[in-house]
Amino acid sequence: MSGIDFDIAHLLAGSLVLVSFLELYQDRLYSLLNVYAVHALVLAASVAWQAFIQDAPHLYITAAIALIFKAVVIPVTLHRIIVRLGIHREIEKAVGVGLTMLAGIGLVALSMVVMLRVTQEADPLAREDLAFALAVVLLGLLMMVTRRNAVSQVVGFMSLENGLVLAATGAKGMPLVVEISVAFSILIAFIVIGIFLFRIRERFDSVDVQALDRFRGERR
Amino acid sequence: MTLDGLAVNALPGVLLIPAVAAAVFAALPNYWAAARLNVLATALTLVCALSLLLAKPQPSSYLIVDDLNGTFIVLTTFVAFTTSIFSASYIGHELDIGRLTPSSVRFYHAMYQVMMFAMNLALVSNNIGLMWVAIELATLTTVLMVGIYRTHEALEAAWKYFILGSVGIALALFGTILVYMAARPIVGEGRDAMVWSVLVTRAGAFDPALLDVAFVFLLLGYGTKVGLAPLHAWLPDAHAEGPTPISAVLSGLLLNVALYALLRFKMLLAANAGALAPGPLMVTLGLLSLVFAAFMLYRRRDIKRMFAYSSIEHMGIITFAFGIGGPIANFAGLLHMTMHSLTKSAIFFAVGHVAQVKGTQRIADMGGLTETHPVLGWGLILGVVAIAGLPPLGIFMSEFLVVSSTFAREPLLAIILVFGILVGVAGLFLRLNGIAFGEPRGPSAKAQASYVPMFSHLGLVLVAGIYMPPALVLWFQNVAGLLG
Repeated sequence: MSGIDFDIAHLLAGSLVLVSFLELYQDRLYSLLNVYAVHALVLAASVAWQAFIQDAPHLYITAAIALIFKAVVIPVTLHRIIVRLGIHREIEKAVGVGLTMLAGIGLVALSMVVMLRVTQEADPLAREDLAFALAVVLLGLLMMVTRRNAVSQVVGFMSLENGLVLAATGAKGMPLVVEISVAFSILIAFIVIGIFLFRIRERFDSVDVQALDRFRGERR
Repeated sequence: MTLDGLAVNALPGVLLIPAVAAAVFAALPNYWAAARLNVLATALTLVCALSLLLAKPQPSSYLIVDDLNGTFIVLTTFVAFTTSIFSASYIGHELDIGRLTPSSVRFYHAMYQVMMFAMNLALVSNNIGLMWVAIELATLTTVLMVGIYRTHEALEAAWKYFILGSVGIALALFGTILVYMAARPIVGEGRDAMVWSVLVTRAGAFDPALLDVAFVFLLLGYGTKVGLAPLHAWLPDAHAEGPTPISAVLSGLLLNVALYALLRFKMLLAANAGALAPGPLMVTLGLLSLVFAAFMLYRRRDIKRMFAYSSIEHMGIITFAFGIGGPIANFAGLLHMTMHSLTKSAIFFAVGHVAQVKGTQRIADMGGLTETHPVLGWGLILGVVAIAGLPPLGIFMSEFLVVSSTFAREPLLAIILVFGILVGVAGLFLRLNGIAFGEPRGPSAKAQASYVPMFSHLGLVLVAGIYMPPALVLWFQNVAGLLG
């Protein structure tokens, strides 16, 4: 593999981690969704580049799904939903920005240490990709636990899933990648419909997940 | 030769019958016919599954039938069959009282079959990617089923299950990718590096460090679906708020399917000398689930929630047994899994009818069940006696085997195990006393119940406790040997 191929793949995967960090400190839902669209865009570019250097045309389908579905359809839909819910200005955090960022840095360091150590024999591209992908997955999880708003938790889950797609495309020649990305898109579509349904049926007064805590363990 | 021909046709049958039935039910507006056809479809699937045992088809790169998943498939299709009988009478009552509308029942029957399809696919898939997709599909359908009542609580339970289940599924996928990465240098690129039967023969040469990390992700991911203790939070809500036939299927089948996925990967690790031993991890999670759930049994006020915690407890015991490993503990684990599936679904059949006649799931509002509804009451008592592991029922035997094989190898762990089991038993009987005996409370209208599924399960558990046919013992011993 020539140096420039590797460098570009590396750059794109690294940018994905960077955008994950950007998501961590967005304190308004609107900007969070915009950053998520960028996240999906970077993923699409990264997957398309992998398709090119691996000479694997089926990965272009995965890239197209990322581009159309994740970078356009989902953010636009969520934009509309949060406007209708009237929550597009607010965002709450359970933990402060500083602490979240510190935890994020720790998680990235952790994934580098773990993945680079265990994959010493794998080829360098897959190795770096896997380390970055794990970092994106862990940052997505971090976002899910530090946010209380259901919409931003879903954004956390979607960026987690982007990390998985990055890992799957980085594993050279892995079968079923397209099928798996389709399966995940269905899952996400369901989640988004779920948010919508909750509101349409007027069951929830807010999408703040703390409202769910009322139903914890026992019925009164 | 004729048997071989049958079996070649039977494997697609296990998958196609539910798929076709789902499509038919989605188009069939008559719910009564759908309920009958549901029983028929699950019966046919069961016949196909049984014929798989007689002659196994050759493994392909996507599907496989061996002795291990043969056991799971037969158990799954059998419980699916009996649950469909129970479901017919349960759903009929829900329609009568207007908790479900005819259109949601149509949806329910279609989803029931999609769920069966997904579980059977997960069990017979030879490709670890396909297995992952199937388990995801099973998760999605059960989420829809849990939320089917559309009440505030049901939607919340479905949402919680959805988010936690999705995270679990995501972690499992990362583990699956890592397994592929470990296999690629040895097996080569492409499809073969995800085919389980290829992986297990070549696993000895894989990079052990990569396999270790992969297993941790798989354990956390699929462990969420098994309902192992720190990851169990979705389970009680999903059991309590969904329709009771779905609680029975969740407890009796879906948890097993996730455990089966874990066992497959455990076998992969066992084939590699340099990889970490998966046993201690599973033992720890299993014991944690057992002790935690046993204590949680005490303060339950909702009857379905209580038995959901009991499921966590028993999945803990089963995971523990497989974690200890060796021929006897594996045998005990398999037996316990079978007995738990049968008993727990029987209990949910009883609980479903009890909740219907009493019009509530609150334990405080039901009392003196043996006086108002003797058959249901004594059926429930028999079920709880069985699940508590009292002799002469089947769970006594399997728990005894787990405990005795643990005492022989790790006496300290056995003490914790026995402690957890005893705490759980006391908790169950404390609650059962209030439900079954004492002053009758709540409505005492006659139950329109179908008792056949419940008592056939309990009968099987009783027979297994007294006399296990030697052929069955041999079969389980064989499978236990496979698990290593």
